[in-house]
Formats: sequence, C-alpha cells, structure tokens
Amino acid sequence: MPNNPLSKARDPQILILIFILIFISIFFGVLTGGRILTVQSLQAIAFQLPLLGLLTLAQMTPMLTGGIDLSVVSTANLAGIIIAISMTQLGLSPLLAIILGLALSLGLGALKGFLVAFISIPAIIATLGMMIFIRGVALVITKGYVIAGFPSGFLFLGDGTILGVPLPFIIFLISAIVLYILLNRTRFGIELYLLGSNPTATLFSGVNNRWVTFRVYLLSSFLAGIASIVMTARFNAAQADYGESYLLLTVLACVLGGVNPSGGFGRVSGLVLSTVILQVVATGFNLLRLSSHLASALWGIILILAIVTNRLILARES
Amino acid sequence: MKERFILIDKRIFRQTEFYLLGIIAVLSFFLTLINPKFLTLENWFDLLRSNVFLGIVALGELVVLISGGIDVSFTATATIAQYIMGLIISTYYIDNVLIAFLIPIPIGIALGAINGVLVHYTRVHPVIITISTLNVFFGFLMFLSGGKWLYNFPPSFRNFARVQAFSLTNPKGGEYGFSIFILFWIGLAILTWVILKYLPIGRKIYAIGGNREAARRAGFNLFRIQLFVYCFMGALAGIASFVHAELNQMIQPNSLVGRELDVLAAAILGGASVFGGAGSALGVFLGVCLIAIIKNGLILMRAPAYWHEVIMGAIIVGAAAINAYQRKLKAKREGEIIAQ
Repeated sequence: MPNNPLSKARDPQILILIFILIFISIFFGVLTGGRILTVQSLQAIAFQLPLLGLLTLAQMTPMLTGGIDLSVVSTANLAGIIIAISMTQLGLSPLLAIILGLALSLGLGALKGFLVAFISIPAIIATLGMMIFIRGVALVITKGYVIAGFPSGFLFLGDGTILGVPLPFIIFLISAIVLYILLNRTRFGIELYLLGSNPTATLFSGVNNRWVTFRVYLLSSFLAGIASIVMTARFNAAQADYGESYLLLTVLACVLGGVNPSGGFGRVSGLVLSTVILQVVATGFNLLRLSSHLASALWGIILILAIVTNRLILARES
Repeated sequence: MKERFILIDKRIFRQTEFYLLGIIAVLSFFLTLINPKFLTLENWFDLLRSNVFLGIVALGELVVLISGGIDVSFTATATIAQYIMGLIISTYYIDNVLIAFLIPIPIGIALGAINGVLVHYTRVHPVIITISTLNVFFGFLMFLSGGKWLYNFPPSFRNFARVQAFSLTNPKGGEYGFSIFILFWIGLAILTWVILKYLPIGRKIYAIGGNREAARRAGFNLFRIQLFVYCFMGALAGIASFVHAELNQMIQPNSLVGRELDVLAAAILGGASVFGGAGSALGVFLGVCLIAIIKNGLILMRAPAYWHEVIMGAIIVGAAAINAYQRKLKAKREGEIIAQ
C-alpha cells in the first residue's frame, strides 16, 4: 500500500514510538525511584545520545536501499584515530584534524560504495570485510594503544553546552535535519527510496542505480565521520575498538524506528525517536546497575521483538 | 539446453577447487623456502588438528550459505553447548566420553531451531536475526556463568584427547600422530557432501538458495528446509564444541565468540556463494586449509598480530569480489538483469 515513500501512511508508527517512549520513561521512572527524570539524568542522556544517534543515521541510509553497513563503527574509530593523531603527533589545529578525519571517512565510503555498487558484492559481505580490514588498519596504526590528550578547543565539541543544550546534541540535531532534507526534499533522496523499494523498476525509470548506491555509502561514511568527532571529543581518546557494541544497537535503532531491512521505508523522525528510546533504556540499565552481559542479551531480545512486531504490522497492512 | 547449464555449473565448481589447490601449492612452496619445517607431515597433522573446530563449523556455515542464509551465532551456540557439557560431566563426574560427546549435540540443535524459526517467520535478513541471537545467547551465558572457566574433567575425557588414528616417528625420533579429531572433521565433511549431493533434502537446500520463489511454487516446504539447515549448523557447532573442549581440556566462555568471521571467510573462500545456491564440501575443506596455511605463514614470517586482521579483511573482500564477478559473467550469459 504505502508505495510512495513521502506519504504519511506509516505515521501510526511514529505515534506508537511516542507511546513506547512515554511508557518506558514511566517504567524506568518508577524502577529507579524517579532518578531517571532528574535534570542531571536528562542532561546525561542528551550527552550520550548523539553518538548512538549519529551512528544510527549512518546505518540508516544503506538500510533504506536494502543494504547494510557493518563497518560504521570501525569507520568512525579509524576517523577518530586520524583526528587524534593529527592533533597530538602532527600538531595540527582541531579544524584541520577534523577535515582530515572527514576526508578519510569519505575515502572509506567511496571504497565501500565502489565494492557494493560497481563490483556488486552484497553489502553485508563487502562491509563485513571492510569492518575487519578497517579495524585491522586501526590496530596497525595504534598497535592497540589509546591515543589521548587533545586541545581544549576540541574537547568543547564533546562537553560544551550552548544555553544549557549539550553541543553534541546540537550536532546530532543539525545532522538529522540535513539528512531529513536530503532524503525528502531532493532528487537523490527520492531515487534512494525508490531504489530500496524496487531496484528493477528504478533502473527502468532511468535512474542510475549504481551511482545512487555509491553516494549512499559515501553519505553513510560521512555521517560515521561526524560521529567520530563527537566520539573522540567525548571520550577525550581514540582507540581501534571503541564502541563495538554500538553496531548491533544501530541496527536495532533502525528497525525499531521503522526502517524496513529489505529497503524502501523509514523516516528520520522515527529514527530520532527510537534512539531516544534506546538511550533512555540504556541510562535506565545503568542506573539499575545491570550487568553489561545481561544488558546485551536484553538488547538482542528487544531487537527480535521489534522485528516480530514490525512483521505483524506489515502483515496486517497487506 | 538444460544439460548446457549443468555443464557450466560443474566447470565453475571445478575451477574454484582447482584454483584453491593451486594457491595452496604455490603458498606451500614459498613457505617451505622460508622454513623447510612447513612441508613435513608433522606440521600438516598439527595444522589440521588445530583447525578442526574451524573446519567443522565451516561445513555447517556452508549448508546455511547454500540455502541463501547466513549464521553468525554459532560461536555462542557452541560455547553454550560445551559449557553445559562441561558443567554436567564435571559436576556429576560422568566418566564416559560417549555421553560427553552426545550432550552438546541436542543443545546445538535446539538453539539452531530458534534461529531457523525466527529466520523463517520474520523474513528479515538472517544476519540481523543471528547477530541478535548471538547477543542473546552469549549475553545470558556470560551473565549466568559469570565468565567462570571450567577444567578438571574426568580421566576418560582427558585420555580421549590423546587418541591417535595412527602415529609416525619423525627423523629425530620424536613421535607424532594423526589425531582422531581430524577423522571427525573428515567424516563430517563426507557426511555433508553426501547430504548435499545425494539426499533429497540436499537438493532442496540448493533449490531454495538458487531461487526461493521457484522452490516455493514447486511445492517445497520452505520452513522445514530452513529449520533443517539451521539445526544442522547447530548440531555441527555442538560437535565442534566437544572437539574444542577436548583439545583444550578447558572451557572458557569467551574463547570462541569473535571467530565467526574466520569461518565465514573460509566458507566464502571455498566457493560458497553469499547469494545462495552454490558451494561444495570439498571447496570449504580447501578454504579452511588455505586460511590455516595463511595464518601459519604469517606466524612463520613473524608478521605482527595486528596485520592478521588487515589480511583477513582483504581476503574476504577479494574472495567476495571474485565471487560477484563470476556471478555477473554468468548473469550476462543468461541475459539476466542485475538492478543492484
């Protein structure tokens, strides 16, 4: 039914997400004795959310075309390492370091896009190989050590606030808005949604599928690069294997936010809501001092439940 | 017409395995130049024995890949299976290897069935399902076990690890043998080959991997085939976990998880197509040997451990690229349109 990606047909999903968010907030509010609703907790959430949020935005674009990028986190790590090395060992200014980091992400994105779009390797395998490869390169560069100690101007990107709003959160919001405009108001975005819902029909309507796919991975890696800035500044450190647990979470956030893993559907607004939900849950787990292993098992169960629910909703629609 | 396609298919299989043998021969030649010890039976027996786990689960992964699926949760399945086995035989002190061998298999099948049901029912890409079940299985195991190691198994369990199919003496007088576990591996490879090649279920697995919709319309029960595929993977993970526990005489909850990608790389190298419908047991056997030789070679050449990942990543991408290229050529011959 909702073949037009711009239609409002999936809006019930947004309502469901808002309902889940309210329910989860009350649930953890009661369990933690209200601690999750204090200004302090809310600010902590606003500081922690952007990293997951940006990585999820990076995961979203390939998933909209029916692909996936398993290397978003390793891309962000390698970009972070380049930013870190440029500042600490080469003595470059933060701005120049960030430009270098983003350029590297774009380069990695071009490589991924080339493998998926032009060599026609399935996205899962291409990005799996790239994930191992990129992590390996990061290990070779750092030899497994942590790079730390950045200028305060750079750290401000991670812990600064403007009018009480954390700077990382502002970076996340701007990225989400720009991505929203790209996906919904440009030719590229419409072609991307079309490609995700029916590649053959898209090809026959005169769209250059390969070129669209190529740009999708470019865009995804660029967003991973922006995530790397926030990550490096927040942790005040860069390492080869930071945040690997985020990989599952990005897929989870996308599926929960209404992105169909076989492509074609998914909205930025749903994604923002789902990352907020996940971050509230994560903070709740933290406040309850849950074992990290139990938490990762629960993440897996939540993802499966989200997929099954999605399946039920889709089955009812058709 | 039909015969022509079968001929082309066979030629591609033969090529993959032929090239693998060629690469293995060339690599062996150079490694022998670097270190003459490489080309001794002793080193080869050793190489095979230390890759039995990888080899057995790669056979399971092959079957999943042929069906058009993928499984990355088998390391967690294997860990749970061997952990429960370890707990049972050390708590109740069961001094019988056969019982120890039989415990992990149903556990593997049960966990595999969970994957099979979820994959079939949700119709979401199996990689997403199995990443989640990997997290669920492993998370619960680590939470419940507290990461505690198990050792001190009954004597029969310890003695079985030393059983050799036959043993030889090297020129210096030292004795070395062909471990019984290599026979496990070869036996399972033959079993997999027979299932895939001669049993109806094997042909059905190729059919759903080649063209799911056609297989469904031909009246195949997709659910039963997929359930079989993931349960088979689970059963092999169970057996492999027994072998792994035997060889190490110790069960660490975190020693297997993280090695999924090695197995996937071995299967893809061995000619299993990630698009489903193609691959053979012999190819995967050679793929595992090739990866084992490359790793052995990196160690012989004293390459730092960081480089292993770079090289593994490059191998996966390279093998997948060749695979995709072959598929493209085939599609061009058959006049098929590839939209993405």
